[in-house]
Amino acid sequence: MPITRRSFLAALGIAGATAAAPKNAEAWQSKAPPDPYGCLVDLTRCVGCRKCEQACKEVNDLPEPAIKFDDLTILDVKRRPDQNAFTVINRYYSGRIDDRDKLVPTFVKVQCMHCQDPACASACITGALSKKENGAVHYDVDKCIGCRYCMAACPFEIPAYEYDRPVLPRVRKCTFCFERISKEGGKPGCASICPVEAITFGKRSELLGQARERIKGDPGKYNDHIYGEREVGGTSWMYISNVDFGKVGFQALPTRPMPQTTETIQSGLFSYLWSPLALFGVLGAVMGYTSRKHDKEDGHDA
Amino acid sequence: MTHRPQPVAQPFWTPGVLVMLALMIAAGVTLVVRYTYGLSAVTNLNNHYPWGIWIGLDVASGVALAAGGFTTAFLAHILGRHYYEAVTRPALLTAALGYTFVALAVFFDIGRSWAIWKVVIYQNHTSALFEVAMCVMTYVTVLWIEFIPVLAEKLGHKIRLLAFLDRILDKTMWVFIILGVVLSCMHQSSLGTLMVIAPTKTSPLWATPLQPLLFLTSAFAVGYPMVVVETTIATSSLKLESEMNVLTPLSRITILLLGVYLFLKVGDLIWRGAYATLLDGSAQSGSFLVEVGLGVILPWVMLLFPAVRRSRRLLFTAALLIVSGVMLNRFNVFVVSFKAPYATSPYYPAIGEILVTAGSVAAIFFLYRLFVTWFPVLSAQRQEVSR
Repeated sequence: MPITRRSFLAALGIAGATAAAPKNAEAWQSKAPPDPYGCLVDLTRCVGCRKCEQACKEVNDLPEPAIKFDDLTILDVKRRPDQNAFTVINRYYSGRIDDRDKLVPTFVKVQCMHCQDPACASACITGALSKKENGAVHYDVDKCIGCRYCMAACPFEIPAYEYDRPVLPRVRKCTFCFERISKEGGKPGCASICPVEAITFGKRSELLGQARERIKGDPGKYNDHIYGEREVGGTSWMYISNVDFGKVGFQALPTRPMPQTTETIQSGLFSYLWSPLALFGVLGAVMGYTSRKHDKEDGHDA
Repeated sequence: MTHRPQPVAQPFWTPGVLVMLALMIAAGVTLVVRYTYGLSAVTNLNNHYPWGIWIGLDVASGVALAAGGFTTAFLAHILGRHYYEAVTRPALLTAALGYTFVALAVFFDIGRSWAIWKVVIYQNHTSALFEVAMCVMTYVTVLWIEFIPVLAEKLGHKIRLLAFLDRILDKTMWVFIILGVVLSCMHQSSLGTLMVIAPTKTSPLWATPLQPLLFLTSAFAVGYPMVVVETTIATSSLKLESEMNVLTPLSRITILLLGVYLFLKVGDLIWRGAYATLLDGSAQSGSFLVEVGLGVILPWVMLLFPAVRRSRRLLFTAALLIVSGVMLNRFNVFVVSFKAPYATSPYYPAIGEILVTAGSVAAIFFLYRLFVTWFPVLSAQRQEVSR
């Protein structure tokens, strides 16, 4: 494996150049949009009518469900959003009882939380998932290769997949009605139909203000926690409640954005490809040195 | 001491080869079903468990076990320890075949196989998977380029292009050799970064930001043991002389490399306080104890004894434990460790997933045998012939 003098010098040059390159990438910065839309769900208001599920089906042209929307027996089992339903309502009994000693149900709407710094978008190999300025985590089917890393990465376990389609499977999840909210005055299908105003659509910052006011206005009723304000660095969908979130299907999640660690590792190692170039230079230098030594030992001229 | 790699003079069709062929056919049939009815027809994957053994074993373990390629190339070609050249060609072949099947496993697993090229166009630089994909793609190419001289040695006089490429490579091969090592270091570590994005969905035993370093150091550590395992299997099944004169010194280096990995692994566990869940009797903790106890500590202690390093059988046992330990580690990180918060039942691989995995392994053995029969890969002499 002969190394010419010129190539050896070139390798040394690369090693020298990369040694001078900046080693530390800047500290991690959130890429969250500054003024996104959001939805505030008030669990004390939801009556479990499933009108939001129905509106979602119509707006997003999803298949007809096996059990009709007015059949509330479906609430007896816990469901998750899937490829055919982008949102579901679950019913929980948290132990709260009313004046007549009857258990009071809490209804919880589940859909994509549209994280401010989404793990799915950071993980997506082709950037098919991306966080938009208006707050939606948007899926571009034309870029998707179906690797499902978004599903592994999502802390809320939201993206679903069309496992039964051999040719054109898609990742499926709540779109935040991207097209509708991109228009002036447009609202997501679920938010516009809710008969009891359990879902409020608006700017995230304003919704946070409203949520705080409602909590402050009735501290005996609401818990002092806006779920989604800080969880995983903040989400566009947020919840307030009169029962403990842990008792109604919500996970306790860290406030640190999910992509922070991996993105810090990735950019620290690979920004300007400094580490591979440096390694290449060092290995080239070593190889040049050993091959010359070897040649000399063999009695050849280098 | 000179090495002259030469084709193996053994009949190709043996009962073992026929078994491999049968497994390959079963895998092929499974894949026809997969591409006709979708992933759900042959896998147990679902919305809670998006990744199964095709990623956890075929890809993650496959990448780790191909580490013999770059670790021996580093030793023999970059550090100039030409003594070890006897094992570089078989290690290179193992790596080239291993990575080719890693790429195939990804191809079968992703839903839109025909769109795999889009990774090159739509690049997302924050994705560790993107980094892995680009490196693996490039490295597969580099490995087969490195293999061209072997092909040219046999077919150069028949295929002019091969002889031509071989002549060009004579002067430039060092670039590919170094590139191979660099690319390996990059994607071996990035493979470890993959699950770091899901700290809440993985067991604390493996959920550490140190995972890229652990993956890299364990790839270093498993490289030479993989060469020991592969060489021992090849030489005994092809009735060649065992190459203990090369394998014994290789295993001495492994003491250091495996020791570094063990130190980091245990240090990380203590540093994060994650050992607290170690004896909770869960499947995770059990699998962790097997991974580190039988896969790292036991073989490390074994290798400390010169008698083990000199004994063909004992060295093979120790190396096999290390190889299994790293395989189990990758399986643990991607499958055992994964906790789907809303899943109602755990994931177990479906028969179809197992068939494709078994068929892929069989295909690697089959092609390895095909290559060493036709091409000058192995340097070991036939046992009957005395030197």
